Amino acid sequence: MTVVAESIILPERRGTAGRLSDFFWRHPHVLLAVLLGPPLLWLGVVYLGSLFALLLQSFFSIDDFSGLINYEFTLATYRQLLSEANLDIIIRTISMAAAVTLVSALIAFPIAYYAARYARGKWKVLFYLGVMLPLWSSYLVKIYAWKLILAKEGILTWFFERLNLLWLLDAWLSLPVVGGNSLSVSYTGTFIVFVYVWMPFMILPIQAALERVPSNLIEASSDLGGTPAQTFRYVLFPLALPGIVAGSIFTFSLTLGDYIIPQIIGSSRLFIGQAVYAQQGTAGNIPLAAAFTVVPIVIMGLYLWMAKRMGAFDAL
Amino acid sequence: MTTAVLFDNVSRYFGAVHAVDRVNLDIAEGEFFAMLGPSGSGKTTCLRLMAGFEQPTGGHIEIFGETAEGVPPYRRSVNTVFQDYALFPHLSILDNVAYGLMVKGGAREERRKAAEDALAMVKLPGYGTRRPGQLSGGQRQRVALARALVNKPKVLLLDEPLGALDLKLREQMQEELKSLQKSLGITFVFVTHDQGEALSMADRIAVFNEGRIQQLGRPEEVYNQPKTRFVADFVGSSNVLSTKLCQRLGLKAAFASLRPEAIALAAPSNGALSLAGTIAGQSFLGATNRVFVDVDGARIAVASPAAHAVPPIGSPVTISFAARDLHPMEDA
Repeated sequence: MTVVAESIILPERRGTAGRLSDFFWRHPHVLLAVLLGPPLLWLGVVYLGSLFALLLQSFFSIDDFSGLINYEFTLATYRQLLSEANLDIIIRTISMAAAVTLVSALIAFPIAYYAARYARGKWKVLFYLGVMLPLWSSYLVKIYAWKLILAKEGILTWFFERLNLLWLLDAWLSLPVVGGNSLSVSYTGTFIVFVYVWMPFMILPIQAALERVPSNLIEASSDLGGTPAQTFRYVLFPLALPGIVAGSIFTFSLTLGDYIIPQIIGSSRLFIGQAVYAQQGTAGNIPLAAAFTVVPIVIMGLYLWMAKRMGAFDAL
Repeated sequence: MTTAVLFDNVSRYFGAVHAVDRVNLDIAEGEFFAMLGPSGSGKTTCLRLMAGFEQPTGGHIEIFGETAEGVPPYRRSVNTVFQDYALFPHLSILDNVAYGLMVKGGAREERRKAAEDALAMVKLPGYGTRRPGQLSGGQRQRVALARALVNKPKVLLLDEPLGALDLKLREQMQEELKSLQKSLGITFVFVTHDQGEALSMADRIAVFNEGRIQQLGRPEEVYNQPKTRFVADFVGSSNVLSTKLCQRLGLKAAFASLRPEAIALAAPSNGALSLAGTIAGQSFLGATNRVFVDVDGARIAVASPAAHAVPPIGSPVTISFAARDLHPMEDA
């Protein structure tokens, strides 16, 4: 034995940093409180507080004559919300959100499956780049780009013309509801752009969920006699469901709340987001705007409750 | 006797890696067959070729006389017990066991009955309502076994099924697997890297190394008469005597194997062969002492009964053994 430390236990560290880390080591709960305190305070006061204020606003009403808010508890605003014109907006928005979510999931699943099961190394990087890249550029730029693509003189029409399929496009645009003068002023156009813009939010959670499914479960199903379709139905899909639900929460709620896409691309009929924008801005009807905002919150709450009842989170 | 699984010159290459290289196998119906080898030796790939998860690069595979190439796993009457069990985490134990019957369209009540019987067979009656996450490793292993056996497979493939269990449980499961196989009469093909497991359970053993079968035979043959240095070393760590030592003992072969337990730390009695050396080290193994003896620079392991005192390191010693325990080998 040559070099022996004088003491097994090192002397206490000096300085504030040293004392602080010793203190935190002895009191880990204090450290947790210090780390979590500020963000929780932010969430609690600023976020939940404003949400609560919003809810409160929706129970006030506006004086039609003076345009001032009447701070008395009433359900009048909700009665107004359920008028035919407003209900129309709500149904239109929900239908659009549901269609966008469904188609996003259908398109996202194969992409996510490929990324989780097959893509390795360079291809994985390429996948992440491909999915994330659209998120790096401005949302407005993308939407205006799509307006050009979908316009009557746009590349899509040109493409259909080249393929001698213009009749197909025209036939589609002549349909009620989904049709219009051109893609850029039809619900079809709004739908396409919604699907495009929210796609990464659907792909990434599904990919994360599939990544966690061990490949030997797929093999086990096949080994026990499950055809590929059965393996998908009974093993892959249930295990990916939490990811699909997570993704659909994104696409559904983002579509419910968006007010820019339907304004730039689509018909002039309003979506919830636009209605909120109009009511709190030009119309100055804050209570009705608040009531409109409550709709997506209630819908998402119902959706999550249903998803839970259907066992979407059992595999978590 | 019917052939259950036949491998005719089967190869499976992954790019430049020859995972399985021209393997010939012939597993009889009702046999307990072990594929033994270190990791990466090709034994698991062979199992996956039987299950249908892999397709051979070359050669021909038959299962009960039917060509298996190009047949997907779900159309083979072969079931697998996976190494980490691969139980479906989102299904109850009963649904896990009944899965095979469910996808084949069995009636609900029949499925439940069969699954419960299978669970009783593996000594887990009444566990049906639990989830895989609530079971211990040993219990999951039994569920995996029940899930495979409920389909009444012609061949049951077991991929290191006891690897994750502790010693006591392993020994118990070895016994149970063996008696289960006897009572069901199903062909078991068992992959393991544990030579003790292979020796104690199998009717025949194929020892794999680098994608090839080094030796195929009954456990006693493989243990007592290893054909190559690899087998000698891998199956029970035999001593391999060099050409020089063989010559000194008057043996014609270039190499010979000699079991540690066939050697005594004593002067030769009538007719026995002997070598002189010095004690180089020892370790206590419980029932025996493993003593290493240095003979002209070659290290020879001797299994000496624990009751016998071992001379201190460095002391001269004579080791002796019977000539019939010396087995000539093909190569080193």
